[in-house]
Amino acid sequence: MSRRECDSCPLAAPPADGHPRKARVFAIIGPPNSGKSTLFNRLTGLRQKVANYPGVTVEQRVGKVRLARDHEATIIDLPGIYSLTPCSEDERVAQRVLTGRMPGLPRPDAVVLVLDSNSLSRHLMAAAPVLALGLPALVVLNMADELRSRGGQVDVAALSEHLGAPVALISAARGEGLQAVYDFLQGRLPLGSPRIDRALLNDIPRCRQWALHLGDRAWQPPAPPVWTQRLDGLFLHPVLGPLIFLGVVVAVFQSIFLCARPMMDALQAALNFSGQLVAQAMPHPALRSLVADGVWRGVGSVLVFLPQILLLFLFMGILEDSGYLARAALIADRTMARVGLQGKSFIPLISAYACAVPAVLATRTIENRRDRIATILISPLMTCSARLPVYTLIIAAFLPERPLLGPLLGTRAAALLGLYVLGFLAAIATAGLLKSSVLKSERTPFVLEMPPYRWPTLRSLGLLLVDRAKIFLRRAGTIILAVTVLLWGLAALPLREGRRPPIQQSYAAALGHALEPVIRPLGFDWKIGVGLISSLAAREVIVSTLGALNGMEADAASPELQQALRRELTPASALALLIFFAFAMQCISTMAVVRRETGGWKWPLIQFVYLELLAYAAAFAAYRLASLWL
Amino acid sequence: MELLQAIFNNGTAMRAPAPPGELSLPDLEEGGQGVIERLDLPEEAAHRLMALGLLPGARVRAGRCAPGGDPRIYHVDGAQIALRRETAAHLKLRSPAADDAL
Repeated sequence: MSRRECDSCPLAAPPADGHPRKARVFAIIGPPNSGKSTLFNRLTGLRQKVANYPGVTVEQRVGKVRLARDHEATIIDLPGIYSLTPCSEDERVAQRVLTGRMPGLPRPDAVVLVLDSNSLSRHLMAAAPVLALGLPALVVLNMADELRSRGGQVDVAALSEHLGAPVALISAARGEGLQAVYDFLQGRLPLGSPRIDRALLNDIPRCRQWALHLGDRAWQPPAPPVWTQRLDGLFLHPVLGPLIFLGVVVAVFQSIFLCARPMMDALQAALNFSGQLVAQAMPHPALRSLVADGVWRGVGSVLVFLPQILLLFLFMGILEDSGYLARAALIADRTMARVGLQGKSFIPLISAYACAVPAVLATRTIENRRDRIATILISPLMTCSARLPVYTLIIAAFLPERPLLGPLLGTRAAALLGLYVLGFLAAIATAGLLKSSVLKSERTPFVLEMPPYRWPTLRSLGLLLVDRAKIFLRRAGTIILAVTVLLWGLAALPLREGRRPPIQQSYAAALGHALEPVIRPLGFDWKIGVGLISSLAAREVIVSTLGALNGMEADAASPELQQALRRELTPASALALLIFFAFAMQCISTMAVVRRETGGWKWPLIQFVYLELLAYAAAFAAYRLASLWL
Repeated sequence: MELLQAIFNNGTAMRAPAPPGELSLPDLEEGGQGVIERLDLPEEAAHRLMALGLLPGARVRAGRCAPGGDPRIYHVDGAQIALRRETAAHLKLRSPAADDAL
């Protein structure tokens, strides 16, 4: 934000400056809840992607907008900010991009500054520092439809005169008034010269004076949002509020399990069928095995979670866009604060019960980086659905079903519930540990803006789902594919007479034998060792691996496999295995997504080592204790 | 009132002992209003709140709260901002007398 950078800015240069050049680059910036992303989605549609920069965890999207034939512009969607004082990571990222100091991104040629026309005098405070940077800017006053219906008015001409920049009144959600934005992107709007005193830049009180003054002259504030007040009366009601909150959580949780199930079954069937088709087309048996058992089954075991993940994000999207998520965070905050976390950690942790991968992605709503990392680190301890087949198999094999509380609760259900509670307690203890040590917060105050309630638009929900599906599929197509091929190689090599060897003679068995001394203290033999290695791809893979090791096609309900397990494990070592799975991070997908979200290998490695050690220690203790009793 | 103050400020590191009788944001009941006098917070945290409109001279109205009374929503400048009590306690209010004179 120094003067030097401003001197070199192309303020006076006309937009299309004669010689042919690359697509011009625009940055969209504005305060949170100004509808910035709605405008970005409206302009770019599907032609956008999430951009990642080294060391930057703030989500940033870059998209293309077609302006005319053979003519397009690049648009960068910057994080929502209130000022450019480099206080938060969001603000630092925005500032670095706007001043051209973000590696891998060109300095934007111009800025589209989005403000909510319903909160104009407050949002103008964010405008001053951006305009003062001296980049050519279009000031977009968004949500014009809401301003009209709430009886507010804005004098666009007067505002433009005072700001020294073109001003457009639009509604991005409805696509109203967008022509002015397109004109600006094509360089057809007169630019004016910003009249912002640079002294305003970091002086928030003066900035506010300026904004209030300007707001008074050019803006008539709308009536307070009646519906928001009414709905808050309901959602934040001392008694009804928490009940509705619980209802919402249960509904989300249930539908992730129930509604996703048929879709997952259908997807699984389709994957099995296509796998067979492809395998039949393969000439060589080894190649057939690689494709069918390695690639198809491995990637398939991850792909089946796609419906669940998309469903979760659909709910998250609706909750966030409608404004309810902020209320939910408010309600959950007090409880979460007890373990050193905050309200916004609640929803990601709940979704980790389905799968840690979307949970980690969902932590993006947490601005405080330390809270976000703490939430990411504990999310694999929530009992995800991939553990269910493992738990079911072992519990069914070792625990006879007896009623505990009459017909309500049997021994097996109680054991399952116990494992859920165990994971939850470990998560709380870990959060407390983290927040009192490595992730001790610098006491950043918990600040949460409550946006007015709004209808989510189909367009942004759709784009959100496409975006999340792309991230997930890209991951399944790269790191998970590689790992599953590797695991297949371990289980299916070395070839004997061009065929897959019995698994007892495979590399996996050799590795299992090598691992045996380490896991022997837990009561596990080499077969469990092979299962543990294979379950790194996805936890439930251990079920099919154990099946293969015992020479059977197996699922968790198979009585033969249960019998085989009873020969292999003592009750004490079965308990140790359950406890190991409750804590261990047996999931390459989660590691991959944590690496992506934290911008490096540091946190996923710490997480992996911590959780494996925790799992090992707890399983060891359980094995020793249980050996005394059982 | 001093007892109340002591409870509210419990566990929050005060940089200077508050003058007796000085009100801070959590002293407002739901619907109550006040004008911010100063923010007793480190610069970075203060900046963040000020950028949201919570700065000296701003009129604030206390709104609804989460079950259990914390955090609470404060209305300022047409925005609704939720703060935990531990944070809100650092936002000192002008004395009502000075407020009337404004």
